[in-house]
Amino acid sequence: MAIFSVYVVNKAGGLIYQHDSYAPRAEAEKTFSYPLDLLLKLHDERVLVAFGQRDGIRVGHAVLAINGTDVNGKYTADGKEVLEYLGNPANYPVSIRFGRPRLTSNEKLMLASMFHSLFAIGSQLSPEQGSSGIEMLETDTFKLHCFQTLTGIKFVVLADPRQAGIDSLLRKIYEIYSDFALKNPFYSLEMPIRCELFDQNLKLALEVAEKAGTFGPGS
Amino acid sequence: MSRPVPRRPEYHKINRDLLVLTYGALVAQLCKDYEKDEDVNKYLDKMGYGIGTRLVEDFLARSCVRRCHSYSEITHIIAEVAFKMYLGVTPSVTCNNSSKNEFSLILDKNPLSEFVEELPAGRSSLCYCNLLCGIIRGALEMVHLAVDVMFLQDRLKGDSVTEIGITFLKQPEKKKYRRRK
Repeated sequence: MAIFSVYVVNKAGGLIYQHDSYAPRAEAEKTFSYPLDLLLKLHDERVLVAFGQRDGIRVGHAVLAINGTDVNGKYTADGKEVLEYLGNPANYPVSIRFGRPRLTSNEKLMLASMFHSLFAIGSQLSPEQGSSGIEMLETDTFKLHCFQTLTGIKFVVLADPRQAGIDSLLRKIYEIYSDFALKNPFYSLEMPIRCELFDQNLKLALEVAEKAGTFGPGS
Repeated sequence: MSRPVPRRPEYHKINRDLLVLTYGALVAQLCKDYEKDEDVNKYLDKMGYGIGTRLVEDFLARSCVRRCHSYSEITHIIAEVAFKMYLGVTPSVTCNNSSKNEFSLILDKNPLSEFVEELPAGRSSLCYCNLLCGIIRGALEMVHLAVDVMFLQDRLKGDSVTEIGITFLKQPEKKKYRRRK
């Protein structure tokens, strides 16, 4: 999947829509017996590997599931604390799935607001008046493309650095937004978008863009 | 613009008489519901405002207009691109005052009131197409421009043309981090 996520940020900086379409990152599920040879610690409501490495499990990976059922932050699905559960030899052998922790929706909200502020700072730093703001943020593993409409809504797409055609994808998402979100009379402006049709059409547009982007020239 | 206007894959044409009839039914119902003309005008404007706030994104998404640098440019875009796109007519633009913030759109043909002969008795101050005023006001407010829009002349009231006046109001001083349209 070359297009990782789509974020739509409203004028006030609040996240109104978010879609992730990347394949699950490296995850490893292994059966362990007591004592656990990895050192786990609690950090930010998650149980992370603090020390120890084996078979694809690295420092910083989080406990994603125990015995097949997803954990809920630092608690198991039945409400017991993960660290306590794993400290009890009676529960072994246990199968634990480790992987890079996913962002929670609160974290995504925070990141969107932070990006909104950075965008504003970026526009102010511009030596020329009327700057378009941050259009692209480049790293070695992904590129963040941003398009701000004249009305202040921002469409942000995170994609593979080699993916082409994201500019036209951003315009297409704007059209889909103006069609399926705004023309829905029951959708209030600036509120989170909960429209089925918007979801479906967005996913379609992402698929089209991914296929087109691998062949076409950069836009 | 060298970029072609993007089109939806299935572009359905709906008969415009349906729109004209729907609009007429809307005004007729409002007239039944409210005694005073000012109330009907007010509600038409309010409805138009709601439409304008949504329509502006559709307009910007499909017409690829760039940021404008003057009120005159904005009025020309409304007349030549927006009216053409949504109503199929192109009003002419005149500037009404020297400080360049009052403009008029002059329509010879108004598709919404094509079949209306004259206003009924007792409804002499009804602005039949006040929805359009609300739409323009709502749309411009979404790009951070405060305007006053009203009908200066109305064919239905006996004038020769329909004239919509747009007055750009001074923005209250507030720190803006970027200039918009």
